Amino acid sequence: MIITTQKPLEEIMRTLQSYSNIMIVGCGTCATAVQTGGEPQVREMADKLRGKWFVDTVVVEAPCDERIARKDWREIQRQGRGKNIDAFLCLMCGAGVQTLAEIAELPCIPGLNTHFLGKVERIGLYYERCRACGNCHLGETAGICPVTRCAKGLMNGPCGGMIDGKCEVGGYVRDCAWFLIWQRLKKFGRMDLFRKVRPPREFGLEAYPRGIDAIPSHRIGRETTVMGPEETEKYIVKAIKEKAKQVKNAKSQDAPVVK
Amino acid sequence: MTKLRKAFSNLMKKIQSGKFVLTGELEPVKTTDLSSVIAEAKSLRGYVTACNVTDNPSSYAAVASLVSAHVVQKEAGMETIYQIRCADRNRIALTSDLLGAAVLGIKNVLTLTGDHTLLGDMPNAKPVFDLDATLLTGMVRRMVDEGKDLNGNDIEGPRPQFNIGVAANPNADPIEPEILKVVRKVENGADFVQTQVCYDIDKTIEFLKMFRMFSVPVLVGIFPMRSYGVAAEFDKFVPGVKVPKELLDKFKQVKQQSISKAEKREKYDRINIKFFAPFIKELKKSGLCAGCHIMSVHYVEIIPKLLAEAKIKKAAQKISPLAVASSPSS
Repeated sequence: MIITTQKPLEEIMRTLQSYSNIMIVGCGTCATAVQTGGEPQVREMADKLRGKWFVDTVVVEAPCDERIARKDWREIQRQGRGKNIDAFLCLMCGAGVQTLAEIAELPCIPGLNTHFLGKVERIGLYYERCRACGNCHLGETAGICPVTRCAKGLMNGPCGGMIDGKCEVGGYVRDCAWFLIWQRLKKFGRMDLFRKVRPPREFGLEAYPRGIDAIPSHRIGRETTVMGPEETEKYIVKAIKEKAKQVKNAKSQDAPVVK
Repeated sequence: MTKLRKAFSNLMKKIQSGKFVLTGELEPVKTTDLSSVIAEAKSLRGYVTACNVTDNPSSYAAVASLVSAHVVQKEAGMETIYQIRCADRNRIALTSDLLGAAVLGIKNVLTLTGDHTLLGDMPNAKPVFDLDATLLTGMVRRMVDEGKDLNGNDIEGPRPQFNIGVAANPNADPIEPEILKVVRKVENGADFVQTQVCYDIDKTIEFLKMFRMFSVPVLVGIFPMRSYGVAAEFDKFVPGVKVPKELLDKFKQVKQQSISKAEKREKYDRINIKFFAPFIKELKKSGLCAGCHIMSVHYVEIIPKLLAEAKIKKAAQKISPLAVASSPSS
């Protein structure tokens, strides 16, 4: 789950000052689950802002999924609700805000702060569990991520700052991740994994901005384009057609397929 | 398990000769003036074989340990153990600093992970921790043995000559993960181990016994404390160590007494000698460790008294040839 918390109302109001018509957009996925951008929160926010601003509201099922966000935005426009909007107030994570901004090309004001990928113990109790490092080692560390849960992200811990299984950061309150790993690997009878020297982390995988092109043959550098959505779509269609042509030609010449 | 590696430094040679070795510690602060550090190093001459030069201790930014280590070797004629930590540098910076150290004639390196940057005086700094001490040890080993960097790229010219030290914390509780971690460091190429400050002789001996099978020389860390303030601060701020309560109370009693400064000094000294001299004697008697690492930063005057009490003879005071060898300008 992507963990978000609401920004202070004063900060939101200050950022909204230069706009008069706003649409509050919620998120039906993570922000709904952690109760920061679901329907009740969107409604609540609308109540607080009404009077100073003209407010419309909507909850998009998954604003970070461009396919869904685009469909919903079209629907809103079809209903004639999008015309007068000056800005979106987005109650969703940063990925959602940016996806929305790319689609609608309107100012998108974040209403939430995005913190981390974490577990929800219950509302208000969230703990980071994944750093999205791009190279998962959990199989070797008894399902406890040292990259995330060791304050130093060490691959070969514990460090000298561990006392009674607690971490030096934050005054020996939080568990030392490597202590937990040791405990659990011991329970599993897999001390061989604990004794292993793990290679340096591959920070190249984390060099941002990151992207994955699911179909390598369709790798067309879309992220680097500065085109609008329609043009981008046309570009994709063109690129796919070109690729198909290439493959067809290659086949017809009985040559191996170019990757 | 470990084969006897080549000794490049006087420290390593002395350890390999089987003598009880002492090392000291110098802690340059946030300054541009190293004269007090040089003076401290000079006064340690004859008592210790080499001195550690700390690298941004407790994540407080201080004058570069590489520069300080070089200046101490050149000006004070004291061999240094250059401490280098992973908290502030990525593998590129670590490599370039180590190459620089080799150029300056530094022979001992102590690889450290380093305290978290949040504990220091610039808590909003970006914590690096690109490598950890284990991986850094392996990196230095590769530079020394193969003349290659972490990724296998060749180092031009002669290979750097370092003896690699690593840190261990016998106070860790539980001790098993700590021991296994130090073993990883040893497997990755450490020549010797210097421990964090120890106060509990039984715990220390137990640690040394557990560690004996890896046949790596261990220098046990001891920390005579100048005053109650130093002791309390150490207890509070240094990660991974706690000063025993009885000792802390003794210091506190002295602090609360209304006596002159000189008398207080005398009493503080006596507490330290009474506590640490038997500690050193016991360690020496056990034959389990290669020596002691005395971290009496800004409190060097205690060392002669302490060693006299522990019946450790002072070496003939001679200026190390490093003083000449490592000064390119002279």
